[in-house]
Amino acid sequence: MKLCISSTGRDLSAAVDPRFGRAAGYILVDSDSGAFEYLENAAAMSGGGAGSRAAQTVINKGAQAVLTGNVGPNAFAVLSAAGIKMYTGVSGTVQAAVEAFKGGQLQSVDAPTAPAHAGTGGMRGRS
Amino acid sequence: MIIAVASGKGGTGKTTVAVSLALSLDGVQFVDCDVEEPNAAIFLRPAIDEKTPVTMPVPEVDETKCSGCRKCSELCAFNALVVVGKRVMVFPNLCHGCGGCTLVCPEKAITEKPREIGVIETGTAGGMVFMQGLLNVGDPMATPIIGQLRKRLDNSKTVILDSPPGTSCPVIETVRDCDFCVMVTEPTPFGLHDLRLAVETVRELNVPFGVVINSAGIGDDAVEEWCAQEGIRLLMKIPWDRRIAEGYSRGEPVARIIPDLHDEFIKLHETICSVVDAAAQSEDGVKKT
Repeated sequence: MKLCISSTGRDLSAAVDPRFGRAAGYILVDSDSGAFEYLENAAAMSGGGAGSRAAQTVINKGAQAVLTGNVGPNAFAVLSAAGIKMYTGVSGTVQAAVEAFKGGQLQSVDAPTAPAHAGTGGMRGRS
Repeated sequence: MIIAVASGKGGTGKTTVAVSLALSLDGVQFVDCDVEEPNAAIFLRPAIDEKTPVTMPVPEVDETKCSGCRKCSELCAFNALVVVGKRVMVFPNLCHGCGGCTLVCPEKAITEKPREIGVIETGTAGGMVFMQGLLNVGDPMATPIIGQLRKRLDNSKTVILDSPPGTSCPVIETVRDCDFCVMVTEPTPFGLHDLRLAVETVRELNVPFGVVINSAGIGDDAVEEWCAQEGIRLLMKIPWDRRIAEGYSRGEPVARIIPDLHDEFIKLHETICSVVDAAAQSEDGVKKT
């Protein structure tokens, strides 16, 4: 299974970045083989829409689950629309997060019950 | 003539200066451009007789035409479009309304629809024409409302723009192409720090400017020293005075609280006029040579 972990550094010993959209980067790990790659987050410094851009990147990379500290509303909307499970409140090293995931110790956040567009920025449904 | 009243730091007295300057003159159009929290109306108490909604264009995707090619998402600098499979998710609050996605879509699946972001209110306050923009609470797009306000300026009057604080897009939209910018600060390290940033901004915009020190007496001389060193005109000082604070708390303009200041504001306007005239003449000179 392909996991995406928000990361402060380039390898498995790095700490999990507590932010999803504004994370320094992402480590994509194959939980079966242990193979991984690091991806810098081009949206980390963007003026706005970091969450939606980061979510698009994760989707394009084919990740099936996201392990992070927190997911904002835009990223949540996109990831849940793509059927990607999100595990939040994750801390420690990326390696430990992967182990915790494999050991079934992480809880996924409930997918929003509202349709995907409900997360369009929390803008009072004006879309 | 268009005069913007701006500041780096918030709470230095932009509205105090803008309102009192306006009340000291005839034939004024007053425009509150601080659309995130306009407050000049508290002092001017205008009668509002027209409210116009302000909209901006945001994309709407026809999913029956969309091929999921992601070109719109790749183009959007503000990450307002995300493609999940063959479905485009639009985030209207991130959209800046540039229309690029409608142009780049090969399937012509994207059209624009208006999204209401706020309202412009027009009215009168005494003999003054009053206008203010109100951004909807929670909406991040202040600049398009200021742009709409600026399209409604009446150049036959003395136009006074009460600017938002800071140095970001809404301030640029307010101050650019003005004839003069009054920069209000306070004589404190915070006031000086933010004044320097604001001066840098206004210099970049090529708008003639000068400084008003409000609450003079509460801090130090560093603002005055810096202005002298930089060759920046010190236009006026409004003293720290308990009567001003008390009057302010009741929504009374300072020029009404301390009558001497009324004349000072007239002098401020005269100074601004002479600077603007001199700038216009030197510009003519440049053109001739």
